[in-house]
Amino acid sequence: MALFKKSKDVAKERLRLILIHDRIELSPHEMNKLKKDLSRVISKYIRVDQGEVDMNIKRKSGSMVLEADIPIKSSKSS
Amino acid sequence: MKGKSIVITSGKGGVGKTTITANIGTALAMLGKKVVLIDADIGLRNLDVVIGLENRIVYDIVDVVEERCRLEQALIKDKRYRHLFLLPAAQTRDKSAIKEKQMKDLIQGLKESYDYILIDSPAGIEHGFLNAVSGADEAIIVTTPEVAAVRDADRIIGLLESRGLNDPQVIINRIRSDMVRRGDMMTIEDMIEILAINLLGVVPEDEDIIVSTNRGEPIALQEKSKTGEALRNIARRIEGEELPLMTMGKAKLMDKIKRLIGIS
Ligand SMILES: Nc1ncnc2c1ncn2[C@@H]1O[C@H](COP(=O)(O)OP(=O)(O)OP(=O)(O)O)[C@@H](O)[C@H]1O
Ligand SMILES: [Mg+2]
Repeated sequence: MALFKKSKDVAKERLRLILIHDRIELSPHEMNKLKKDLSRVISKYIRVDQGEVDMNIKRKSGSMVLEADIPIKSSKSS
Repeated sequence: MKGKSIVITSGKGGVGKTTITANIGTALAMLGKKVVLIDADIGLRNLDVVIGLENRIVYDIVDVVEERCRLEQALIKDKRYRHLFLLPAAQTRDKSAIKEKQMKDLIQGLKESYDYILIDSPAGIEHGFLNAVSGADEAIIVTTPEVAAVRDADRIIGLLESRGLNDPQVIINRIRSDMVRRGDMMTIEDMIEILAINLLGVVPEDEDIIVSTNRGEPIALQEKSKTGEALRNIARRIEGEELPLMTMGKAKLMDKIKRLIGIS
């Protein structure tokens, strides 16, 4: 599959990860731990999907914001 | 008169700062503005060559700061526009020949008699860069559509903001629409989304830039050149005009294929 991924998408994804690291100085390893912890905490309250947590550090008018996409199970399904 | 000083910077080297400074400066002069271009790349003087004024240099910025000459004596008048000037970099090896305060004062003085002071910054994040940004009211960041260049641009945005230079704008240089179309180059949208700053303009990859630089005649002077137009549009945006971004031959791949196989 990776073979068919457009090189610009690979570039964009790599850049996104590099910038997370650059912007908050968090190693990829720590980043993964954070994702796991986050999804564990959230799952105490909401039914979290097992799928990947997606995180991003964004710049918004001069300051940084942390964005996390955590897939949750809808109450009807499963 | 109270002019505006704008630094053109990048982080990564060789992305087109000097070329863009020369062209935007020329384009602003074409709009009738009084402009000074400052080559802040001490030790690696370049802007004079790109704009074709290398033969006229007598004094440089270090001579001014060290009071070996008056500012007016060091300013070189452009061949084509008499209200466009260049303040050349020194070729000294001592890169710390100028201090931030001196740069600030110099630019402050120039703002009294010119509309725009464009500062061509050296690459990197060291002394030369800090000097170049020290007297700037605004910043333009140049990047190319590559991971390393965009990464460095992001670093620079952070550094500028920490020095109180908020809301820098970005110019994306050397974009190739053919590569973007086949998915081998990041799109403008990709980069703007990631950097989260305003886009000032897009300049295509164009070998005519090299030809015009060979001649020392900025491509912005060429009426018919698309690249020249892109650069002139950037100058007009700096002047406050709202112009749509140039659509760069937006023929879609499917349309091309359809045309090739004769179903459209
Ligand atoms: N859009 C373009 N299309 C083709 N060539 C370009 C383009 N922009 C810049 N170049 C070429 O790229 C080279 C580097 O450009 P330039 O010197 O302006 O970069 P720079 O950022 O000022 O470099 P430095 O960091 O060394 O100061 C030059 O040879 C220039 O002619
Ligand atoms: Mg340069």
